[in-house]
Amino acid sequence: MAMMTQPADLRAGYAAQTARRYVVLMAAAALLFLSFVVDVATGPGNYPLRTVIETLFDPMAHGVQIKVIVWDYRLPIAVTAVIVGALLAVAGAQMQTILNNPLAEPFTLGVSSAASFGAALAIVLGWSILPVVGSLVVTINAFLFALLTCGFILLATRLKGVGSETMILFGIAIFFTFSALLALMQYMASEDQIARIVFWMMGSLGRASWEKIALGALLLAVVIPFGLMRSWQMTALRMGEATAMSMGVDVARLRLEMLVVVSILAATAVAFVGTVGFIGLVGPHIARMIVGEDQRFFLPLSALVGALVLSLTSIISKSLTPGVIYPIGIITALIGVPVFVSIILTTRRRSLS
Amino acid sequence: MSLTIEGLRAGYGRVQALHDINIAPIMPGQFVGLIGPNASGKSTLFKTLSGMLRPSSGTICLGETDLCALCRRDRARCIAYMPQAFGCNAILTVYESVLLALKQTTGWRVGGDNLDRVSQTLEALKISHLADRGLGNLSGGQAQMVAVAQTLVRDPSIVLLDEPTSALDLHHQLSILSSVRHEMQRRGSIVMAALHDLNLAAEFCDRLILIREGRIVADGTPEDILSLAEIGETYRVDTALEHTRRGSLYVDATLETLN
Repeated sequence: MAMMTQPADLRAGYAAQTARRYVVLMAAAALLFLSFVVDVATGPGNYPLRTVIETLFDPMAHGVQIKVIVWDYRLPIAVTAVIVGALLAVAGAQMQTILNNPLAEPFTLGVSSAASFGAALAIVLGWSILPVVGSLVVTINAFLFALLTCGFILLATRLKGVGSETMILFGIAIFFTFSALLALMQYMASEDQIARIVFWMMGSLGRASWEKIALGALLLAVVIPFGLMRSWQMTALRMGEATAMSMGVDVARLRLEMLVVVSILAATAVAFVGTVGFIGLVGPHIARMIVGEDQRFFLPLSALVGALVLSLTSIISKSLTPGVIYPIGIITALIGVPVFVSIILTTRRRSLS
Repeated sequence: MSLTIEGLRAGYGRVQALHDINIAPIMPGQFVGLIGPNASGKSTLFKTLSGMLRPSSGTICLGETDLCALCRRDRARCIAYMPQAFGCNAILTVYESVLLALKQTTGWRVGGDNLDRVSQTLEALKISHLADRGLGNLSGGQAQMVAVAQTLVRDPSIVLLDEPTSALDLHHQLSILSSVRHEMQRRGSIVMAALHDLNLAAEFCDRLILIREGRIVADGTPEDILSLAEIGETYRVDTALEHTRRGSLYVDATLETLN
């Protein structure tokens, strides 16, 4: 047993821990910035880093060609990687908390299969929920079908109560339903359409556009402050449902609120870039290992780590084969999983503590 | 302020678990033991008192205040319930977990006064050496002490402990109850604890309430209650109340079927 600790020491200890956490957040932000710059600087057409950075500050500094490549092509992709990474990781962090399960991720409740079906519906039958035309049909269909799953789950919780098991079971039911419907679409599709569906599902940052970026940024600007506002209740939820309730947390309402938030985030992310798995699982996981589960730090760090991981993945997808940009969804899993497993194995003690 | 319960009925769906519970005012500083067999309604009574379960009728008053009329947050401020079986896989330190219990009923920002209160609570329960320990690295007894700290840190007028000693060895059983008793008497707050061990109940409680099938069977001092024939009937055993050489009460129980 340790020597008797004085209350003042305890307070100082906690203050020091809080200070360290702010340092961690700032370090993660700095790393993210670095990765973002490298992401913009890499790609087909090997321009020196300096040329690219100068073009960022003064678009016409090195001529029209470089301006177009940096501003219309590389920058949207790099920003999208950051924003979608953050969206997915925030959604994953909230999902793991409300389902009280560290294995949950934004697509646990069937969002990705519903979105894929929506996209396939648009590609194969040209059928959409909203009367829109052109390339937006696929995006909007994917988004609306993803939101539809949220509606199903909300309905299910009305009938059966807001337990995490109920939510997971309905999520599995939704996943299989839409997977079957997706298979049906593929069966009906022509070869060309199948290729488009498969490519859509692989996930690609190449679908970036400034409108999507603005929407995603706006969403983050609303959702992160909201999550922080609810952070004490969300942290209490990790103590177990009964304990949280006994502390005065309205658990059912909190779960529903967060479920809606997660659904919108996941639906947006999947509509923007397709199915990019793994970020929503690994972002929160790494954040949890570093700062624990005080949501005031866990949530922002999850967002930063998610953004960082997707940004790094974007760099790797361009660097593996010169001149080829691999679909991001493939890279996140292929490169990310071994890294993730090694992190788990090396820090097993801490994460199980 | 005293706690008064009148005509309380509650249940789950159509199953009524509490039938017309009336409890004479419980005075500040009193340590009340709730005894009764499994499924007699002890946890249901606690859940109803803490607001997790809505009563179908009846009143719960703390002094002049009707607790049922308070919002969740205000109610959690006056009455702290420690559920059975504390255990979780959250990655939080002991200090953080006690702080978060306090922050549910105080503003968002962590103030110096919050930190002082957490530190003093850990100190009072003699677990300040565990402050930086992860919740997953605690023994059963330590985890139970942390759960107690989570309830005491809110400085409630009433603390409800649901089988606080169930997973503990003899030393921890005694130390947890004496810490709570000492701390709550100092603050002039009410403690109600559901206890299975009648000898522990006799040792620590000022008053015992015997509950059976959702009804109150007896209410009085440990000596009076434990010598009643109803104790044996309620627990379906033969009991005899004895005094030990040190002057403590001892309930000697044997299975009825053996005689």
